[in-house]
Amino acid sequence: MSLFVEAFFLQAGYNATLVAIGAGVLGFAAGASGTFPFLRKRALISDAVAHATLPGIGLAFILMVTFGGDGRSLLGLIAGSALTAWTGLLLIEWISRRTRLTEDAAIGAILGTFFGAGIVFLTVIQGMSAGRQAGLEGFLLGSTAGMLFQDALLIAVGGSLAVLVTWLMRRPMTIVAFDSDYAMTLGYDVRRIDLLMMGLVLSVTVIGLKLVGLILIVAMLIIPAVAARFWTDRSTKMIWIAGCIGGASGYLGAVLSASAPAMPTGPIIVLVAAGIFVFSLLFAPDRGVLVTLFRHRGFQARVHRRQGLLALAAHHPIREAYTLRLLTREGLVRPDGVPTDAGRAQAAKIARDERRWDVAREIYQDTGLTGRYDGLTPIEDVFTADEIAELDHQLGPPVTARTE
Amino acid sequence: MSPTIKPAIVSDLGHAVGPARAPRDAALAIHGLTVSYSEKPAVFSVDAAFSTGEISAIVGPNGAGKSTLLKAALGVIPRLSGEVYVFGDTLRNARARIGYVPQSASVDWDFPTTVLDVVQMGLYRKLGLLGRLSGQGRAQALECLDRVGLADFANRQIGQISGGQRQRVFLARALAQDADLLLLDEPFAGVDAATERAIIGVLKLLRKDGKTVVAVHHDLATIRDYFDRILLVNVRRIAEGPVATTFTTENLQATFGGRLATTHLSELAIMDDGH
Amino acid sequence: MGAEFVQLSLIPVLIGILSAVACALPGNFLILRRQALIGDAISHVVLPGIVIAFLLTGVTSVAPMLLGAAGAALVAVGLIEVVKRLGGIEPGAAMGAIFTTMFAAGVLLLDRTDTSTVHLDVEHALMGNLESLVWLQAEGWHSLLDLAILATLPDELVRIATVCAIVVALTLVFWRWLKISTFDEGFAQALGIPAAGLGLGLVVTAAIAAVAAFDAVGSIIVIAMFICPPAAARLMTNRLEHQVAWSVAFATSSATLGYIFAGYGPLWFGSPAAVSASGMIASISGIILGLACLYGPQRSRVK
Ligand SMILES: Nc1ncnc2c1ncn2[C@@H]1O[C@H](COP(=O)(O)OP(=O)(O)O)[C@@H](O)[C@H]1O
Ligand SMILES: [Mg+2]
Repeated sequence: MSLFVEAFFLQAGYNATLVAIGAGVLGFAAGASGTFPFLRKRALISDAVAHATLPGIGLAFILMVTFGGDGRSLLGLIAGSALTAWTGLLLIEWISRRTRLTEDAAIGAILGTFFGAGIVFLTVIQGMSAGRQAGLEGFLLGSTAGMLFQDALLIAVGGSLAVLVTWLMRRPMTIVAFDSDYAMTLGYDVRRIDLLMMGLVLSVTVIGLKLVGLILIVAMLIIPAVAARFWTDRSTKMIWIAGCIGGASGYLGAVLSASAPAMPTGPIIVLVAAGIFVFSLLFAPDRGVLVTLFRHRGFQARVHRRQGLLALAAHHPIREAYTLRLLTREGLVRPDGVPTDAGRAQAAKIARDERRWDVAREIYQDTGLTGRYDGLTPIEDVFTADEIAELDHQLGPPVTARTE
Repeated sequence: MSPTIKPAIVSDLGHAVGPARAPRDAALAIHGLTVSYSEKPAVFSVDAAFSTGEISAIVGPNGAGKSTLLKAALGVIPRLSGEVYVFGDTLRNARARIGYVPQSASVDWDFPTTVLDVVQMGLYRKLGLLGRLSGQGRAQALECLDRVGLADFANRQIGQISGGQRQRVFLARALAQDADLLLLDEPFAGVDAATERAIIGVLKLLRKDGKTVVAVHHDLATIRDYFDRILLVNVRRIAEGPVATTFTTENLQATFGGRLATTHLSELAIMDDGH
Repeated sequence: MGAEFVQLSLIPVLIGILSAVACALPGNFLILRRQALIGDAISHVVLPGIVIAFLLTGVTSVAPMLLGAAGAALVAVGLIEVVKRLGGIEPGAAMGAIFTTMFAAGVLLLDRTDTSTVHLDVEHALMGNLESLVWLQAEGWHSLLDLAILATLPDELVRIATVCAIVVALTLVFWRWLKISTFDEGFAQALGIPAAGLGLGLVVTAAIAAVAAFDAVGSIIVIAMFICPPAAARLMTNRLEHQVAWSVAFATSSATLGYIFAGYGPLWFGSPAAVSASGMIASISGIILGLACLYGPQRSRVK
């Protein structure tokens, strides 16, 4: 526990500190730049982008070694991975635009093929000169062991740039994500903006490769954005919320993994993010599952109650057992379906409202008002008291509930 | 449904509540059907009965819940409350007697399949999982295609024919089901005049054979020519009855509200007088 | 092409082909249902499934692993549905959130479990080990007729052959239902066909194919085989029957060519070491898809 506190306050050693800061910044950048692809319903392109970095890493290594370099130069590897990932992106776009294949098929095809090619290159490297390739497998799942200051610097600079560009371009990206046809009529170059969105994802992916690996970086690009969606309906706010969720997961995950042995950083970060996501899914105030289920049950009860009262008002039998139970529980009918006095009174009120609606719909030919004649909306929600009084006037004197 | 329930009395709520019980001979009886996708009902407490051997229309503005009503009646989407009877039997038991033509937008037109293949899908229920599609089944499918005038297009890919022709293929598929009750969702939407004639011709022949047809319909000008009965809905049931007495300006106004231009209504009213 | 081929190459080629076909068959329906990436999700969640099965039983035997992976696939599909329906999240993002989380859990469990005594690690999970599946007891083609020697066939081959047979059988039995519910789900439901159950069954079948293939050839090939051969096949024809046939042909040729290039390709460049056969098979399937995109007779979309 004390190790956790130490790590949390960055007192657990130089490497742990670098990792925690790096993971926090990376998480923030990933959350922010993952927001728009998610809103554009293309979250999984980032999966393809991430997998398509592998052949680039392999190729870059082979090239650098062939020309006498070190082969493990981070910038070289990043350049290579960015190049193949970009190629993959363009191919996905080309396939889904030019052929009858849908985008998801294109994503899967590019992902599988590029990753396969990447594995081929990795095995080529294994054959080239044993020992020198050490570390490339680290790009699959990430490794924090050998994190250098320059690695953290790369994440800090690259991540900040990605956040900055996301923020600067938030308006065009919002419009394109919301309604790309409309964006086109406004003169936006939708294709370019799409590529920019994915370009941001790509940059975050390549700078995060070494730390969390290409499979788990996908989680950092998707999960914070999905979690953030539960807390706001505004895209600009979502950038920041997703960023904070991502940043918190990165930092906490790194701290947790530093405070116990045999806790791999990447998976812990992802699981922290997933925890935040599950919490949001369940407990978010408006879109959360619990609230939604509760609301749905309430809604169902309202429908049945209303239908039951309508049946009472019309002197029809109540057909459904659930309706009967509901009204019985409220003391509106006896278990044999005969209405009580309270039930009669409520039914009379509903009958009166139905008549008021009939008159209202004749007077107001306005669908904005009459469109709310859906059986559930109380008439008092739609018309003012004096308007209702006027309706009553046209209806004539109130008919008391028939109690024959 | 207990048999001791007294027959429906005339409602004191005007048209808001339907008969407590559909007539015995109804091909499709719907009671208190409510469906919702969100916190607002798409269909609320609709009662309706469609009698055997008639062609009935379901009419209402866009988004009125017409497709939802059909799908819920077929059990394709869950209902919040309500009951559905087909020829006096439950949906499960009577499933084989219903044919269905979905709204054409609901299908993947890029699907790798031919026109004849699609028509043969109408036979799938009868064939079961492993039953072999006999030459007779093929012939039957071809005959259904012929009835809608598409026999020459049997081997085209489903996406390579016109919108009207696609609609005819769907009708042919429903014919292949050999159903007693046919439910169609906007069969005349976006089709050419020739297709419209072909489809209504087939429907009228079906009526002659004693089949029941219920179609969602959007063109008010052809209601009188095509249909015997009409159900007007807009989330709730507005009116239901024979076209002659139910298809009135007041009922239309109540259904469409301000959405229907007054000029259009008066045009219809003129037609009204002409009959 | 004598004894040495039978000993060293026949079994890997067969396993490659059978894996590819077992994945490509359900893949046809997945891509037509716009669920291509379910294959991606499944191949990620196979790892946690297997690790949990290992943790529970303590052995890496086949039955628990198959069950674990299929169970994980079911759990993943269930969770994806929950997130989609109850959370109102679009399918792609729901999938991405769930499978990456489950994968991370799998990696963590694996890291914290002592698996040094058994063959279970992430790299193996990704790349498989096709090349090592040799049949040293064989003495030549005639061994195929010798029951005693046949009994020494590697288990992996028997396993994937069984699963492939099951997948083929399921595809044939449910052919009509799959076809109709993929083309027009509403109509299928109106016919009384259990479309939702069928969709789930398809995913479970895909999961079983994935896990059987995964055992021998790794998960990369699984992702590629779910999508590339069926997608290329879609561009060749406008009939489902023909599409499936093409996809089997493409899967078979990817596996065969991929294995050959992986084994002999480096020799042509003067390098003695072979490269990953699984990776090469996936690459070849991608090249076939690329050619289909450029030249497939039915490549363009109808308007
Ligand atoms: N799958 C769905 N999910 C959510 N809302 C839906 C769905 N289908 C229809 N709706 C909504 O339900 C209402 C009724 O739709 P529908 O039955 O298609 O109307 P119609 O066929 O009369 O035009 C509309 O407001 C529509 O937006
Ligand atoms: Mg409709």
